[in-house]
Amino acid sequence: MTEPDIQQKVLEILKPFVKNEEMFANAGPQTKLLEDLAINSARLVDILLEFEDAFDVEIGDDDADRARTLGDVVSMLSGKVAA
Amino acid sequence: MNKPTAGRTPEQRVVVTGLGVVAANGVGVPAFAEALFAGTSGIRMQESMRAAKLSCQVAGVPQHTDERCGELFSTADLMAMNSNQRYAALAALEAWRDAGLPVPEAGDDAVDWDSGAVLGTGIGGMDTIAERVVPLVDAGRARRLGSTTVEQVMASGTSARIGGLLALGNQVTSNSSACSTGSEAIIAGMQRIRAGLAKRMLCGGSEGASPYIWAGFDAMRVLSRNFNDMPGQASRPLSGSAGGFVPAAGAGMLVLESLASAQARGATILAEVLGGEVNCGGHRGGGSMTAPNPHGVQRCIRAALGDAGVTADEIDLVNGHLTATGADPREVENWSAALERGPGRFPLLTATKSLVGHGLGAAGGIEAVASVLMLREQRVHGSINCEDLHAEIAPFSASIPRSTRHVPGLRTLAKSSFGFGDVNAVLVLRRWETPPANRGIH
Repeated sequence: MTEPDIQQKVLEILKPFVKNEEMFANAGPQTKLLEDLAINSARLVDILLEFEDAFDVEIGDDDADRARTLGDVVSMLSGKVAA
Repeated sequence: MNKPTAGRTPEQRVVVTGLGVVAANGVGVPAFAEALFAGTSGIRMQESMRAAKLSCQVAGVPQHTDERCGELFSTADLMAMNSNQRYAALAALEAWRDAGLPVPEAGDDAVDWDSGAVLGTGIGGMDTIAERVVPLVDAGRARRLGSTTVEQVMASGTSARIGGLLALGNQVTSNSSACSTGSEAIIAGMQRIRAGLAKRMLCGGSEGASPYIWAGFDAMRVLSRNFNDMPGQASRPLSGSAGGFVPAAGAGMLVLESLASAQARGATILAEVLGGEVNCGGHRGGGSMTAPNPHGVQRCIRAALGDAGVTADEIDLVNGHLTATGADPREVENWSAALERGPGRFPLLTATKSLVGHGLGAAGGIEAVASVLMLREQRVHGSINCEDLHAEIAPFSASIPRSTRHVPGLRTLAKSSFGFGDVNAVLVLRRWETPPANRGIH
């Protein structure tokens, strides 16, 4: 699975949780999930569970804490998928 | 016309300016009103109850609500809303819009500090607990519960959800007093407005649809079990062949508002909440966890009339709790004693549960909506399935319409709700007569 494929899937999973559609439409690696996309912080755990299911990986608490931007998420998932 | 009640000022008088309902025989006020006055039952066979081998396999479940919610809420929101909260959200949005109040956009940061909510539930998120919490925790997979579990199972889950939908800034809470929950919520809201602590309160109750919610009642043998193949005939309050109540789900809510606030914004007034009372029989004098102390019930009725500033003779209609258990004859007896009106002088009597089943925590709210509709239309909906009145109720037969009856003088209504724990709630509502000079303005 290539990084663009992973990013595409990540965006699909994020979409229902996004409250700032405009920022989402122009999202890039530096886009912050909470501040820019206005995702409710409590819902991050649901998003992480969906990532786990979609990519068949396990995401520990440390990985979850480090995933602040779209770029963080894609690179974290790429590493796990490749492993 | 609408004389000031018990010396209260327009700031202390409480009126109804909006209605919202999600019931088994109609979702939304127009559909509910049509079903109510047509005598249409919402009771249907439930495959989930049959699969669980419950003795009662019929229930009152609102139809097509997931489709409606899908149009109104995001996928992410719906993940966090069990059936109880979905019904509550639909009824709340309808009531708020019916009152002519703005439903804020999600991005709008304004808070309505003058408006609050008391929205109760009897059982709460039992379906979420049974379907998600227990299986996942038992399997050692608690982290799979995600973030949406607590808000669906916490006792205040419904009011919390609605507070956010409507940006309410006054008191937002959920009460719980078993099957008197919905009526108790309305009385609590009325009292807060009277005290000058809020201008308007969204009040009522909701309950989810799940065999997990109903199984405990089935085990108590208090549910209907002899009409599984005739769902429309299963809910039989007042009947001699009543064999238990039919469980139901849904939501019913009223927007309560001070008369001063309603008039200042030119709102359409649907009825006045003249007064109400809640109490508990203390599980004494024949009362218990599951049976009412008749002295408690009668005190509650008399105190509600006193709070409303009306005499017993002014009550034109009683919309009773009347569930179709052995408690129905006792309720009629208590009303007769408290009002000091025997069979020849008894007010009209109706049982909304004959059409929608027993909505537990939602019952008082749904039946309060039915009550306001009856006052508005000066029609009393019939109590179906009681052609064979219980022998002890038969002397009151002339007071019990079996089909919708036009009652031109219908003005003052009393609504009762009783619950496990020996708790009682009685509301007194009055038809709102628009002064002739103002007719047609709204």
